[in-house]
Amino acid sequence: MAEIKKPKLAVWKFASCDGCQLSLLDCEDELLAVADSVQIANFPEASREIIKGPYDISLVEGSITTPHDAERIHRIRRQSKLLITIGACATAGGIQALRNFTSVDSYVTTVYATPAYISTLKKSTPISEHVPVDFELRGCPVNKYQLLEVINAYLNGRKPNTPPHSVCMECKSKGLVCVAVAQKTVCMGPLTHAGCGALCPEYNRGCFGCYGPKETPNTASLAAWWREHGEKNTDIMRSFRGFNAYAEPFRKESEAHENI
Amino acid sequence: MKTSDAPKNSTIKVDYLARVEGEGSLYVKIKKGQVTDARLKIFEPPRFFEAFLRGRTWKEPPDITARICGICPVAYQMSSCHAIEDAFGVKISPEIRELRRLLYCGEWIESHVLHVYMLHAPDFLGYQDVIALSKDHPEAAQRGLRMKKIGNDIVTLLGGREIHPINVRVGGFYKIPAKKRFAELLENLKWARDAAVETVRWAATLPMPDFEQDYTFVALRHAEEYGMNEGRLVSNKGLDIDIHQYNHTFFEKHVAHSNALQSVMEDGSNYFVGPLARFNLNFDRLSPLAREIAREVGYEPPVTNPFRSIVVRSIETLYAFDEAIRIIEADVFPEQAAVEVRPRAGTGYGCTEAPRGILFHRYKFDERGTILDAQIVPPTSQNQSTIERDLRNFVPRNLDLSDEELTWKCEQAIRNYDPCISCATHFLKLDIERES
Repeated sequence: MAEIKKPKLAVWKFASCDGCQLSLLDCEDELLAVADSVQIANFPEASREIIKGPYDISLVEGSITTPHDAERIHRIRRQSKLLITIGACATAGGIQALRNFTSVDSYVTTVYATPAYISTLKKSTPISEHVPVDFELRGCPVNKYQLLEVINAYLNGRKPNTPPHSVCMECKSKGLVCVAVAQKTVCMGPLTHAGCGALCPEYNRGCFGCYGPKETPNTASLAAWWREHGEKNTDIMRSFRGFNAYAEPFRKESEAHENI
Repeated sequence: MKTSDAPKNSTIKVDYLARVEGEGSLYVKIKKGQVTDARLKIFEPPRFFEAFLRGRTWKEPPDITARICGICPVAYQMSSCHAIEDAFGVKISPEIRELRRLLYCGEWIESHVLHVYMLHAPDFLGYQDVIALSKDHPEAAQRGLRMKKIGNDIVTLLGGREIHPINVRVGGFYKIPAKKRFAELLENLKWARDAAVETVRWAATLPMPDFEQDYTFVALRHAEEYGMNEGRLVSNKGLDIDIHQYNHTFFEKHVAHSNALQSVMEDGSNYFVGPLARFNLNFDRLSPLAREIAREVGYEPPVTNPFRSIVVRSIETLYAFDEAIRIIEADVFPEQAAVEVRPRAGTGYGCTEAPRGILFHRYKFDERGTILDAQIVPPTSQNQSTIERDLRNFVPRNLDLSDEELTWKCEQAIRNYDPCISCATHFLKLDIERES
């Protein structure tokens, strides 16, 4: 009997820290099982072996920041049945999208002695601004169990179970005391997409929005509440200008607190 | 140099170097059996951390700079905290310092074990990756995965999660986990320490290419401890400076083929940071067990063959497990999770030993603690020109190899440094060109 062909998995990197694809290698207990159920066809961080496309699942990490990458993502899309972005860079532009609020030329001259050697786009943009994306997994970094869930779901032809509600829901279900109400700590939990398991409140600090906006976040309301508790506009602006600064709800709210 | 009938002029190409963190390539040009050019090209896109840190507050660098690297975020958190505390004159408690060292041990373990078993060992044994290696050496692969997980368990407990921990702040931590949670790690740590001894013995049996070189090794040196959190910057060539003097000794230069700045010493010469440098300069500061096992497998300073770094990295892994056990068994935990921090105007310097070598941070603040200027020098940019020198010296001795074999050996030579290209742009495609 002929061997059943395993689905081909590819992992691609754009501007990023490598942390989201490292999450796959951090699945110490599950990695060899994953390697049994898929053919790891293109994963340069882990293997020299590159098997040609097309690929059944492409995981894409990182944001688009160079003219070369803006073309490369189209080639990857063409070779991929399913394209899944992993992490805040691929999904929202990442921390490097802070350039989008200023002139990138000033950034280049700040860091590099010979700006002419540097080829970069004015904006750091998410993958979805360039090609259709089948699923976006959030987080800075992604949660490795959510990453396994997404791979598992697509291998089995179902939708991934990654709830779009806020971190508050995870916080309550863990029975944690609300750091915003009890300690007046600035916490982005009410606006932030679930997935981390409410880590920061568990460690006595306010959420700082690693997972980006939840569905329908009321950013203006929370910002107003912060103001009532003495936060300055510049601090409010900075809170929204983190790893998901270019995600629309966070971008708009940060701009509302600019220069006032 | 070997002589052979193999072609003396050629080009070998690898467009995207595998089993390293980030995007880079290598270009080697061979003309009449001589290497005329060796360039490590870093095309990992620039992300401009030093630019967007300007205008942020003193509380933010530990979380923001962690995002430079998913493999060694703790190193960024540690160097940034030290630099900011230096600027504000903050002294952390000895108990907080010990817990920071424990967290750092966790990162050294997960990063070193990842590199030893998953990224580097496949080269020595002729496999494309650890998955293929695991089919023939299941015991070794499983051992590596379990050790890595135990390193990650330390980071997860103390940091909240293994990648981009959330519990580190300037002045200490947000929360100290319950004592019993640390004690629960001990059983696994003791298994892992034995497994680390096995790892050193296993790594020492791997076939080593012959490649002794004269290097300037640079590492932190501390009065009592193996260099990790702090110390003076020393070298085997007589350097001995305070970290505040870093910018007087080391300089960054911008070369056309790289989005990473290359670091060189004052006289333009290159230097070597990382496990081999630390081992050679701090052997006497290793734990007795780590020294004993190193001697058992015949490793004592000076080790000057970079391929042997896989063994040295394994010895450091053993040390990190030993040190983590020591810290937990000492059973001294901070009463306060963090000390008070009051910003003031000034400049602060931090230098700690990331798994790949020294990581330097410098911040200048105004009186409210807003960042006016930042400088971050990661280990890979410091090793970059040494890697290029290794290739220039390694290729001529190995011209009898086929292009395919030579390419793989060059990749292995690069991986000796466990390069982190994501860090450095702030690497790898291999192009070997043989031409008449």
